[in-house]
Amino acid sequence: MQNVEISIPTLNGWLLGYPVTYLFSNEKLKKATGVVSMQSLHIYKIYVTRYPYVTGTSVIAMKYKDGVIMASDTAGSYGSTLRYKSVERIKTVGDHTIIGASGEISDFQEIMRYLDELILYDKMWDDGNSLGPKEVHNYLNRIMYNRRNKFNPLYNSLVLGGVKNGQKYLGTVNMIGTHYEDDHLATGFGNHLARPILRSEWREDLTFEEAVKLIEKCLLVLLYRDRSSINKFQIAKITAEGTTIHPPYSLRTYWGFSHFQNPSKGAAGTW
Amino acid sequence: MFRNQYDTDVTTWSPAGRLFQVEYAMEAVKQGSAAVGLRSSSHAVLAAVNKAASELASHQRKVFRADDHVGVAIAGLTADGRVLSRFLRNECINHSFVYESPLPVGRLVVQLADKAQVCTQRSWKRPYGVGLLVAGLDESGAHLYYNCPSGNYFEYQAFAIGSRSQAAKTFLERRYEAYDGYTREELIKDALFAIKETLQGEKLTSQLCTVAIVGVGEAFHVIDQKTIQEYIDAMEVSSEGGAEEETAAAPPSGEAQEGGDGPAEPAPMDI
Repeated sequence: MQNVEISIPTLNGWLLGYPVTYLFSNEKLKKATGVVSMQSLHIYKIYVTRYPYVTGTSVIAMKYKDGVIMASDTAGSYGSTLRYKSVERIKTVGDHTIIGASGEISDFQEIMRYLDELILYDKMWDDGNSLGPKEVHNYLNRIMYNRRNKFNPLYNSLVLGGVKNGQKYLGTVNMIGTHYEDDHLATGFGNHLARPILRSEWREDLTFEEAVKLIEKCLLVLLYRDRSSINKFQIAKITAEGTTIHPPYSLRTYWGFSHFQNPSKGAAGTW
Repeated sequence: MFRNQYDTDVTTWSPAGRLFQVEYAMEAVKQGSAAVGLRSSSHAVLAAVNKAASELASHQRKVFRADDHVGVAIAGLTADGRVLSRFLRNECINHSFVYESPLPVGRLVVQLADKAQVCTQRSWKRPYGVGLLVAGLDESGAHLYYNCPSGNYFEYQAFAIGSRSQAAKTFLERRYEAYDGYTREELIKDALFAIKETLQGEKLTSQLCTVAIVGVGEAFHVIDQKTIQEYIDAMEVSSEGGAEEETAAAPPSGEAQEGGDGPAEPAPMDI
């Protein structure tokens, strides 16, 4: 064997699926792969989620007068197939937090196992202390960032909301460990379609009814423009009094606009 | 040949249900120079007597910061105390890394107590020969705990450990009921008074003691000598003026009970 072409992925290349290719001579090969793995050439046998299978689309959330409100649809897409239609993607974590997830559903189920265990051990102290939304968010930041450093990310964007000690909290973390707080948040498509609306219409002193109206406006835009979304939504709220995750319901839609009549007309280059 | 048949091993019970080695470790706490602690609902103060081993040596550190919200004062084997304060610092910093929030004082104290307990149940180990007054602030307010070599721990409003601490305890017992409403200045003053009680007539100076405080809006820190000297000077002025009740009543108390090993006494594990 002469010179061998071998791909050694960079961190971001690995995550995004386009390995950067280097050329090594045969005798240097073992050493070069050793940079990435202890076992030369066995690196490709590591099982990681390179791409998600069953996914959920956007989650949107915002603070309002009494707490935090969060919403998502209940779809689980298998690629572009709307495979599952009743996947609950908003859950409670302990007494002060709700979490919403988009991305790989099975990874979210794994995350919920971590969080349920975390809360169980916290409750077992039975000393009056409890983890708030900030603590849960930071715990997840550590998990998500740690997993991406192992080249084995959990394929999700997560939104955490909650109220503790009269303090509202809303934060997000994604599969590569990027995390931040804001007054309103969205994941995936919601970042492009919902957040511009929230930026212009959100207020700190929104009542629950106003907040639901604004959320529904965003959900409707997403329903029209995001092909992975379905018309079955869940809204959850968390206040100092506690958590409510409402049962799924549908929004009234109107497909009679002329733009919806022949969507590919005038779109050159498509069929 | 042996003074006591049951004290050669930590794990050996005496027929009376005592663990002599553990009791000897608790005796080591009484040999160390005194430390006192007291708390209001918002602040906790620690104070310790600085005693040099010889005229030519400097004194050992008695007060350690574990984190912004907790610190300890120790009495007994300083070397053991240092190791345990390093443990406390580790626990605190690990918790802030994972949760970005301070570790509740009650939980820190349980971890410390569990560490001490292990040494009472392993034949190849020795109990720590140090008592720790742990003072800290968390969501539920200011706390003061005493951690004993036996693995027991207790929460206190005010407490004193170390040599001649009985005099300080007697002083604190007369006054602790008002401590919840004390200001930080009043707490410092009473801490210095309690320290003075343990000196048995020796003159209290700022060189002779370390005082530290933690509270709402105030990270754990040792108060500088100049400030302490000002407190001491103010105390002396006021006690000359006649507000003298504590100094007059306290000194002759306690000492007699201390160290009197009555043979029929119950196991003093809870001290």
